[in-house]
Amino acid sequence: MIKPMPPEISLEALVAGDRAEFARLVDAYSDPIYRLGLRMLGTPQDAEDVLQNTFLNAMIHLPKFEGRSSLLTWLYRIASNEALMLIRKKKPEINLEDVSPSESDEDLKPLQFTDWSALPEDELLSGEGKQTLDRAIHTLPESLRIVFLLRDVEGLSIKETAEALNLTEVNVKTRLLRARLFLREQLSSYYGERLAHEVQND
Amino acid sequence: MTEHTHGNCENLLGSLSEYIDGELNPELCAEIEKHLAGCENCRVVLNTTKRTIDLVQTPTENPAMPTDVRERLFKRLNLDDYLNPK
Repeated sequence: MIKPMPPEISLEALVAGDRAEFARLVDAYSDPIYRLGLRMLGTPQDAEDVLQNTFLNAMIHLPKFEGRSSLLTWLYRIASNEALMLIRKKKPEINLEDVSPSESDEDLKPLQFTDWSALPEDELLSGEGKQTLDRAIHTLPESLRIVFLLRDVEGLSIKETAEALNLTEVNVKTRLLRARLFLREQLSSYYGERLAHEVQND
Repeated sequence: MTEHTHGNCENLLGSLSEYIDGELNPELCAEIEKHLAGCENCRVVLNTTKRTIDLVQTPTENPAMPTDVRERLFKRLNLDDYLNPK
């Protein structure tokens, strides 16, 4: 999933302040950064703010980039901070430290046991199916969503996700499990009903 | 369905993510697979969780950024002179 650094981008040139090189960096990575902003904040305007602030910050701090993580992980780290800061500003009531999608662990127990996993992909991702998936991702609490997006959508490793979010790997794993189970439950409600409907109509 | 204790389902649930990601040691994997063989509900949870992850990773889920957004970004970064070559 994760794109390696395009070979034509030189870290040395970036650190030295080469503008053409920075423009290439922007083109290589603005899509995933924009997408992350869109999925965290939910509106194109906020996603654009996250995108612009991420690359502005990157431009300012690149001369001090020490290369302890990959450049992309470093960009995701800046973008995640920007997104979370904007969420804090817009919705101060949200607890971003919260690792549970709901009040109690009991709610994590699976309730849906319909096996819809063999349904063909085009059926699962038909217009309504895709909307259900997007909606389900959007209903994930922010503290879980950011972990899920970095790990499962953008393809960072557990270690890279932990670095990007300044969390321990254990915390990332806990949040990831909760996010995955939460989404599974949401999708199972929807696809389970569709399956039952199909069986009835057969 | 084979007899099994509910505690085993909870153990599996706790390790589900790591099992899917292939991050568990062979002993734990074997233990989980033994449980899965006899527990249909856990098999369903495993299959549907894997499928959920597959679905979010399908390329249709990754729309590109609009061109006007790219233009404004380049302007904000004072990189207007590099707008053309993409």
